Amino acid sequence: MESFSAILIEAIGLILSWDPDVIEIIMLSLRVTLTAVAAACLIGLPLGAIVGAFRFPMRTGVIVAMNTLMGLPPVVVGLLVYLMLSASGPMGVLGLLYTPTAMIIAQTILVTPIVAALTRQVIEDLNGEYAEQFASLGVGPLDRVLALLWDARYSLLTVALAGFGRAVAEVGAVIIVGGNINHVTRVMTTTIALETSKGNLELALALGLILLVIAVIVNGLLMAIRGTAARAAYV
Amino acid sequence: MSEALTNISAHSAVTSAPLLSARGLCFDAGGQRLIDGIDLDIAPGRCTVIMGANGSGKSLLLRLLHGLIEPTDGAVSWCGQPLDRAARREQAMVFQRPVMLRRSVAANLRFALSVRGVRGAKRKAQEEETIARARMDALKDKPARVLSGGEQQRLAMARAMIGAPRMLFLDEPTASLDPASILAIEQLIQEARDNGTTIVLVTHDPGQARRLGDDLFFLHGGRIAETGPIMQVLEKPTSKAAQAWLSGRLFVPNTP
Repeated sequence: MESFSAILIEAIGLILSWDPDVIEIIMLSLRVTLTAVAAACLIGLPLGAIVGAFRFPMRTGVIVAMNTLMGLPPVVVGLLVYLMLSASGPMGVLGLLYTPTAMIIAQTILVTPIVAALTRQVIEDLNGEYAEQFASLGVGPLDRVLALLWDARYSLLTVALAGFGRAVAEVGAVIIVGGNINHVTRVMTTTIALETSKGNLELALALGLILLVIAVIVNGLLMAIRGTAARAAYV
Repeated sequence: MSEALTNISAHSAVTSAPLLSARGLCFDAGGQRLIDGIDLDIAPGRCTVIMGANGSGKSLLLRLLHGLIEPTDGAVSWCGQPLDRAARREQAMVFQRPVMLRRSVAANLRFALSVRGVRGAKRKAQEEETIARARMDALKDKPARVLSGGEQQRLAMARAMIGAPRMLFLDEPTASLDPASILAIEQLIQEARDNGTTIVLVTHDPGQARRLGDDLFFLHGGRIAETGPIMQVLEKPTSKAAQAWLSGRLFVPNTP
């Protein structure tokens, strides 16, 4: 077995060579992850905001359910989505199994509870600060939710980032519903798993490094945005 | 029980039909009665001052009168009708700690206008007019939460006065402010009065009460200990609680 440094050098060479296969895998990973995070935000942000801003019967039960779903095992989600999309499943007719769309669906299911639960906490805290002022101004329910979401925008970026982190690093669900098919559903995490099992450590490490770089870039951007927001006392 | 704790039905200052009335108003929390059977009438166009020691229930009474919290017992009426959300839209409140949205000064005002259904060019015009009236032209693009305490309170006043509310509740709006900021706030209060807004002001400052007020309710232990024209109560208080508070002594009920 080659030394770690030798593998690392080969991995870096692979990245710098802009190998078309590697680029394809990275782009598919980003497409699947970003689409899933966007879908999860579309569902989770308003859901979390409504639960955070209003009192209603069974609210505690809803919060417990949301918090519990944050820890959904990816392989279980993968299996459920597989059963739904397989030929004998209720959505089998759509022919989505082993497509990037199936991977997006699975990741959206995984990330939505995270976005919703964290949004609920952020919005509940902010609503505690704004509630009397909103009541005094006569702010209606829709205006209240929209205002809370807007004013919590910088904190919610962190929420979206938590969702992104979960999605981009996820392997269990996407390998079940995507099948890790070359040039079709192969993403960074599934490739790392496959290539490691094959002993092709250079490619696995190269993709691992790229995953880390993506995480650093996203976190750096977020810190910069939050820093600007903090100077304006918007967080 | 001392005479100071005797609940006084307070209708002395009202000469016309009251804009807002409370009858038998009570509020309990944590097994304690914090507001205890308050009756009062507030006439239109007046500036009613509520004074009393810390914990006497002034801020709580203000919130009950504005409908922000539900009374345990009793009721508040607005123009003779039960206080509802539509009635509350004719009122506004400025809190002791101003709540600033995480937006610019102008955006804070825009939000209050939008909530009241003012849109487009009309909203822009009213926004600029309000900024000018609050003398905040140079600050309009600044984030509201980085303003000084006095500037934030001025913005809160300006935001509350949007839509020309018929009644303005002010909960110690000048607490912890410097003299210049107090003057600016008092000018805004006076402007609101001049425009016909009825003011209900909680303050600890007898000087401010004299400058702005017409009538005074002195609260003690969740009850109205004394009420009357402001100069009368401040200069010749009849209740032990008001006498003790105004002379700077701590009044403890049941003390021999």
